[in-house]
Amino acid sequence: MRESIKDKVAIIGMGCTRFGERWDASAGDMIVEAASEAFEDAGVEPKDIQAAWGGTLWTGLTGMTVGHALKLQFIPITRVENACCSGTEAVRNAAYAVASGVYDLVLAVGYEKLKDIGSPGVPMQQGSGTPTQVFPQASAPGLFAMLATRYFARYGLSPGEGKTMLAKISVKSHDNGFLNPKAHLRRKITVEQVLAAPIIAWPLGLFDCCGTSDGAAAAILTRADMAKSFKDDPVYIKALQIAVGFGAGDMRTDYDYTHVEETYRAGQAAYAEAGITNPRQQISLAEVHDCFSITEAIVMEDLEFSPRGRVNEDIEAGTFLLTGELPVQPDGGLKCFGHPVGASGVRMLYECYLQLRGKAGERQIKDPKLGLTHNQGGQPPSAAVAVSIVGRDTG
Amino acid sequence: MVGIVSYGAYIPWYRLSREEFLRAWGGFAIPGERSVANYDEDSLTMAVEASIDCLADTDAGTVEGLIFATTTAPYAEKQGSAIMALALDLRRDVRTADMTDSLRAGAAGMAWARDAIEAGSLSKVLVAASDCRLAGPSSMLEQMLGDGAAALLLGKDDLIATIEGSHSISDEFAGLWRASTDTFVRSWENRMVLDEGYSSVLPEAIAGLMKKCDLAPKDFAKLVLDLPTDVRRHGRVATQAGFEAAQLQDGASLFMSVGATGVASGMMGLVAALEEAKPGDRILFACYGNGADAFVLRVTDGIAKLGPRRGMKNHLASKKMLTNYEKYLKWRKLVAEGPPLGPGRGLTSLSALHRDSRMLLGFYGKKCLRCGTPQFFQGGIGYPPIRVCIACQAKDQFEDYRFAGRKGVVFSFTQDNLIPAMDPPAAVAVVDFDGGGRAFLDLTDREPDKMEVGMKVEPTFRKLFFDQGIHNYFWKIRPIRC
Repeated sequence: MRESIKDKVAIIGMGCTRFGERWDASAGDMIVEAASEAFEDAGVEPKDIQAAWGGTLWTGLTGMTVGHALKLQFIPITRVENACCSGTEAVRNAAYAVASGVYDLVLAVGYEKLKDIGSPGVPMQQGSGTPTQVFPQASAPGLFAMLATRYFARYGLSPGEGKTMLAKISVKSHDNGFLNPKAHLRRKITVEQVLAAPIIAWPLGLFDCCGTSDGAAAAILTRADMAKSFKDDPVYIKALQIAVGFGAGDMRTDYDYTHVEETYRAGQAAYAEAGITNPRQQISLAEVHDCFSITEAIVMEDLEFSPRGRVNEDIEAGTFLLTGELPVQPDGGLKCFGHPVGASGVRMLYECYLQLRGKAGERQIKDPKLGLTHNQGGQPPSAAVAVSIVGRDTG
Repeated sequence: MVGIVSYGAYIPWYRLSREEFLRAWGGFAIPGERSVANYDEDSLTMAVEASIDCLADTDAGTVEGLIFATTTAPYAEKQGSAIMALALDLRRDVRTADMTDSLRAGAAGMAWARDAIEAGSLSKVLVAASDCRLAGPSSMLEQMLGDGAAALLLGKDDLIATIEGSHSISDEFAGLWRASTDTFVRSWENRMVLDEGYSSVLPEAIAGLMKKCDLAPKDFAKLVLDLPTDVRRHGRVATQAGFEAAQLQDGASLFMSVGATGVASGMMGLVAALEEAKPGDRILFACYGNGADAFVLRVTDGIAKLGPRRGMKNHLASKKMLTNYEKYLKWRKLVAEGPPLGPGRGLTSLSALHRDSRMLLGFYGKKCLRCGTPQFFQGGIGYPPIRVCIACQAKDQFEDYRFAGRKGVVFSFTQDNLIPAMDPPAAVAVVDFDGGGRAFLDLTDREPDKMEVGMKVEPTFRKLFFDQGIHNYFWKIRPIRC
């Protein structure tokens, strides 16, 4: 990378729908809902937007999904897709367009409508993947459960010890989601409840898995040097990194199934781009891809928040609680928001945007300076990972 | 002289107590249990299993002919033996044929193979007999049938038994039959069927063979017959043909533990007899089915040199009781399925299956010529084949590396209750193979309670699913069977 994105682009408006089983809303409804909040927040009109990017995995093709919903007229709109990173990809592409100097006011929307298919869980898209269809029969929880199986085996955790460690991750996220009116699941849970829940894919139980939800979130970006003309308290982009794997884990015996190399690489690149040398101390809050409890545990180690194999010490110490040293999933995470694929990355950014500006209400963290978001697409041995870092101040 | 070079057998892991039929339907239960092919098995996968057992110490490249004998071929139009040839890694110029429609298809295949070898056309021919027949639910026949397979390698050299003579009879008779449109085996009144079929034609064939070869019952150490649906007739034919009860290869216990396995039945009995045979033993082997084929076999000194086989004995001992009859119905697709819970699979691409056939059916991966890394990729995210090395990124510098036949160790696994499965929970595992290489595969024939990291596993050829009339075969793994 020749040059950093740091402090070149600012976010001046954001919006986020309530996530959940939005039987009442179409994808278009949610795009309008999220974008309208962002327009109002930024104090701009839809006609001011010069270009837009929409991030989705399988909710509509082309940029027209966004164009039709918002009636944006004859501007370039591009649909981007990179699995669970799709929302962050929309922001990333929008930010690069601004940084290039071609545009100075752009829109990024992440959206996904999962609940219109008549069956639970995430649909597999026809035509995706290998047409011989001989891939092993496992659900998303199953694919991620293999990380937990191996993590327990490698670090000598009994099933009870391992599952208790994971349960505390989910309990923490539910505590936070309980405080968030936009979350899908707003109830507190206990470790005992988590441990007693039905097994979805061993060793992961019901509460180790995030929900399936609908949702959308939007961001309006401008040049950093113009940001204050829109808003007194913009948020600045410090890093936007993507690391895409090549499937080595499935094929190479030296892959350990207890870390995700793509997360480590994207994290390292983002820290370098943002000038961060001690992430544990310098990052104020993190919204990471907790599609399953084990994913969050491993991300904590891959992002160097916890030493390898020792995330349990930080979980026990309360490090990642809202009141802890480094709050993780202050909004409730995928655990409580569910994972409408394209929306998640922008939803994470929305929480950072609120927190960094002191607007997170009951969930407000004291004096945060830097927020990190992390998305992980694909399946564990082969992932597309996005890490972004945003900050309250320039410099 | 032509004879048998090697033998192998296969019995599915699952057995169903015949008491389960009684529980389900009332009436009465025949004593004992029967074998049940797993949901991902059929006559072809079982034939592959028996053939792998048979070829344990044979270079597959030396096999010049393959006969797949069954009455339950997966396809009416499309050759099963051609699929088997890839799964068994036989050579391109192997002569393949399916022998079907009669319960003596296996013995008939043996006769044709013998002649081809005798004539000098082929040097080694593998004959695999396998069946997975369906009887109507709640019928007595349903309790009597069983699933299984056996295989014989015929050749000229390194024989364990020579074929000294043979005799065949053709006898048109609709006793047991199944029209091409029928799902279940049909039968005329069983007493008549046996009187006019098995009980009269087999003794005739045996007598004809002995006359032709100038031999008498006392010249034989063993008489091996296929199993009729009423096992009492098995012993009676031996008596009719002038043999002592002790000479008859035990059919009653096979019937009590496995059932009548159709085309495979006779050859499974022969494998069991060969497992106990001593050099010099003469065996009379005869199978019934719209006539009969009968053979005189003479065991050679070579039998002592044959390497270990799973055969009948080990497969019989390795079993898991299926806990209920309903599962059997589901596995054989004899209960209507509800509407799918989700969008399900898309259409399987036959052009992609064709492109990948050697990788999928032969379980071939690659090994990098530059860095030596073995690798396998059946797809998922991304598309095979491997063109660039996963380790050193060298392009198109590979040699073939076959994963079939390698044992492995489970590196990680899960058991998935969410994904729709024929035998939930769906088990999948990441496996590291002996000699190098890793693959992510479905797991079958496993005890859900006994899954663990580090457990030893082996590949097994299975049917993944059925789509557009295509049986999608590929390899799974299972805990080492026996």
